[in-house]
Amino acid sequence: MGDSVKKPGWKDIPIGGRIEDAGNSQKYYVGGWRTRRPVWIKENCIHCLFCWVACPDAAIVVEDGKIQGFDYDHCKGCGICARECPAKSPAIQMRSENIEDQFDS
Amino acid sequence: MATLKELATRDGKFCGGHRLCPGCGAGIVTRQVLAAAKDNVVVGCATGCLEVSTTIYPYTAWNTSFIHNAFENAAATTSGVEAAYRALKKRKKFGLEDSKYNFIAFGGDGGTYDIGFQSLSGAMERGHRMLYVCYDNGAYMNTGIQRSSATPLGADTTTSPAGKEIPGKVQYRKELTDIIAAHYIPYVAQASPSNWKDLTRKVEKALSIDGPSFINIISACPRGWRIPEDQGLELHRIAIDSCFWPLFEIEDGVKYTINYKPKTKRPVEDWLKPQGRFKHLFKPENRYLIAEEQKRIDERWEMLLRRAGELD
Amino acid sequence: MGNRIALTGNEAVALGMKQIAPDVVAAYPITPQTEVVQIFSQYVADGDVDTEFVTVESEHSAMSAALGASAAGARAMTATSSNGLELMFEVVNITASLRLPIVMPIVNRAITGPINIHCDHSDVMTIRDSSWILLFGENAQEAYDNLLMANRIAEHSDILLPVAVNMDGFIISHAVENIEIVEDEVVKEFVGDYYPEKYLLDAANPITMGPVDLQDYLFEHKRQQIEAIKKVSGVVRQVSQEFAELTGRHYDLFEEYRLDDAEVALIAIGSTAGTAKAAIDNLREQGIKVGLLKIRLYRPFPAKEIVEALKGVKTIGVMDRAESYSNTGGPLYADIRAAMYDVGGTAQVMNIVYGIGGRDMTVRDLENLITQLQKVTETGEIEERIIHYGVRD
Ligand SMILES: Cc1ncc(C[n+]2csc(CCOP(=O)(O)OP(=O)(O)O)c2C)c(N)n1
Ligand code: SF4
Ligand code: SF4
Ligand code: SF4
Ligand SMILES: [Mg+2]
Repeated sequence: MGDSVKKPGWKDIPIGGRIEDAGNSQKYYVGGWRTRRPVWIKENCIHCLFCWVACPDAAIVVEDGKIQGFDYDHCKGCGICARECPAKSPAIQMRSENIEDQFDS
Repeated sequence: MATLKELATRDGKFCGGHRLCPGCGAGIVTRQVLAAAKDNVVVGCATGCLEVSTTIYPYTAWNTSFIHNAFENAAATTSGVEAAYRALKKRKKFGLEDSKYNFIAFGGDGGTYDIGFQSLSGAMERGHRMLYVCYDNGAYMNTGIQRSSATPLGADTTTSPAGKEIPGKVQYRKELTDIIAAHYIPYVAQASPSNWKDLTRKVEKALSIDGPSFINIISACPRGWRIPEDQGLELHRIAIDSCFWPLFEIEDGVKYTINYKPKTKRPVEDWLKPQGRFKHLFKPENRYLIAEEQKRIDERWEMLLRRAGELD
Repeated sequence: MGNRIALTGNEAVALGMKQIAPDVVAAYPITPQTEVVQIFSQYVADGDVDTEFVTVESEHSAMSAALGASAAGARAMTATSSNGLELMFEVVNITASLRLPIVMPIVNRAITGPINIHCDHSDVMTIRDSSWILLFGENAQEAYDNLLMANRIAEHSDILLPVAVNMDGFIISHAVENIEIVEDEVVKEFVGDYYPEKYLLDAANPITMGPVDLQDYLFEHKRQQIEAIKKVSGVVRQVSQEFAELTGRHYDLFEEYRLDDAEVALIAIGSTAGTAKAAIDNLREQGIKVGLLKIRLYRPFPAKEIVEALKGVKTIGVMDRAESYSNTGGPLYADIRAAMYDVGGTAQVMNIVYGIGGRDMTVRDLENLITQLQKVTETGEIEERIIHYGVRD
């Protein structure tokens, strides 16, 4: 998580605090914040995209209008997607990130 | 009106890797607003949770031009950007002659209802072509949940704490949406990210207007509201169904339209009960505040219906 | 070149703004700057200039909108005085930190408490540590000339800092002078076009401006700012040189007036320098060796050059039109004293705080003062180092 590379000096960065690499927060991983992870159950999914439009972290991958799964580097595990999923058999399940809990279940 | 599939193709102006809390409404609001925006977008943003969590140097979650100036001046700053656009386009600089740009300012309730109120009022009155979006989470969350003029009656915040003598915030919240409508600008609306269709339609409409527009959007803060991380959108629905947060729009200052009418209005208790910030209101000695809030909500809802021509 | 016309300082500045024709002006009226806003509005209304004029609801918004415009890629200006500057103070600092080359005439006026509309420098002195470049003029001609040079300094690729062009309220802003005007086309060519390297209206290269900048990077960004500050005096000289070639009017970091053989020197900012010159001429006739150092570039402070120019002077009277309420005299005095420390000279340095709230400072007053300083030179005795001149006991 975060950056481990040596930080640049004042001669090597743009002036005024400008950030010129738009959207580079994607290089910053917040997946480690999770205590629970959403797991996609593909066969239940009706690709309504309700989960996608509700995710605060842009962590649900959509291609050609179809869900592809989760971006676990940026999903914080809030569980909103699971609550919004309207599929008859839920297509998103929240599971504990704790390894032992996973064995229990 | 765009479908979710279409919106998904426009996604990507607001990226993951930001540092908003898990389940933060501000992230949902911002994603939906930007997904609804076609063409180029320049974003102006007030200091607050959204700004400080999305632009921690050297990272930015904004994959579009973005400027933060200070807490109280997102509207003035964005109006300067818009004026620059008009000037440079007129002077045919930077190849902007045939370009299309949208200008969207974001502010929290503190940066909008309170400290940024003058700046917003000025920008709206001057008629800049810009959309101002307030994500209203009902307190100064970034500095640790202090009350604002958007904080609901009775809420327990760190500067309106529920104490032995005083039961949380003793004032009603102010209705900023109405106040901005009183500027007689082309478009003013209230929205919620739980109703993405309504929200994104409003954003599209606002951005299609050659003038100022304002959308006030309810935005859950799990931390400040003291709710579980996954409950925000569900609570927004209750806010709408209880008419605490009606969905409506006002065109040209006078034309009111109610966008959603609950079949049966839910009691305000349903909205208050799940939130830790209202817990103390359910003590016998404070229950009168719940009744007061209910009365206020009923009166306001009736007023809105009347203005929309749905009551005689 | 150019032609002479009778104008007030405000009229000259408004005319200069029209000639520069910035992309955006966002400004708010306040005495004694008001006319600048009014005259410029009339230019816009008459189609004499096609600047986008943003009629903001406050000075805070004036600077905020100017900042937004500048960040967007436009050449932006505002103008203010006194409380207006205090209201925009927060954004004044942000403008410099974001490295946006905004130009702002300031018509200097006392800041309120209690309210007073007349000249002193208490307004501009509150932004002396903001990393704005502060230029001062002695009269309307200099205010006009400084304005024409300001964009070139601010927008220089080594600098990218905002510039404030100061002139004394009423004394300069409202007094009519014969001013040599530079022709429109010449101004246009001299000032040139503004092409920022990065700007918000470049959708192909989106940037984030004004992020959260914490322990790990803010210091580096401040260090960059200091680097720009180091280069300001060189750029000011270079631009002034070019301006001189164009107009025959020479400017430097400061002006030395009869300083060569002077034993007594006054250091002054603004219109008082003109009054001082008259007093110096009179006393020179009586054989008193007195001269003047008139500050043009106050921030960044050209300390080394000033000290060099004061070599051989025995008594220095630093004229401050503002207090610093620190028991260490006015701000200019503190600057000069600090600068003198490095050379360890034996000159006596005294402070004359004067002209607060527009209190008159006449030629007679200045002659009086110089005579006192001359006495110090002869006797080496100083009763009080910091004098509040012209205040009633
Ligand atoms: C002039 C000024 N005063 C106070 C602050 C401190 N401050 C920063 S954000 C903030 C509260 C923001 O509240 P709001 O606008 O509701 O946004 P939220 O954090 O709730 O998203 C405050 C008080 C500041 N940055 N600037
Ligand atoms: S758990 Fe939260 S952050 Fe993760 S994908 Fe679902 S909605 Fe997004
Ligand atoms: S909400 Fe559920 S059904 Fe709909 S797309 Fe997401 S996972 Fe599939
Ligand atoms: S404190 Fe509230 S508003 Fe701020 S980031 Fe966290 S959830 Fe969002
Ligand atoms: Mg808030």
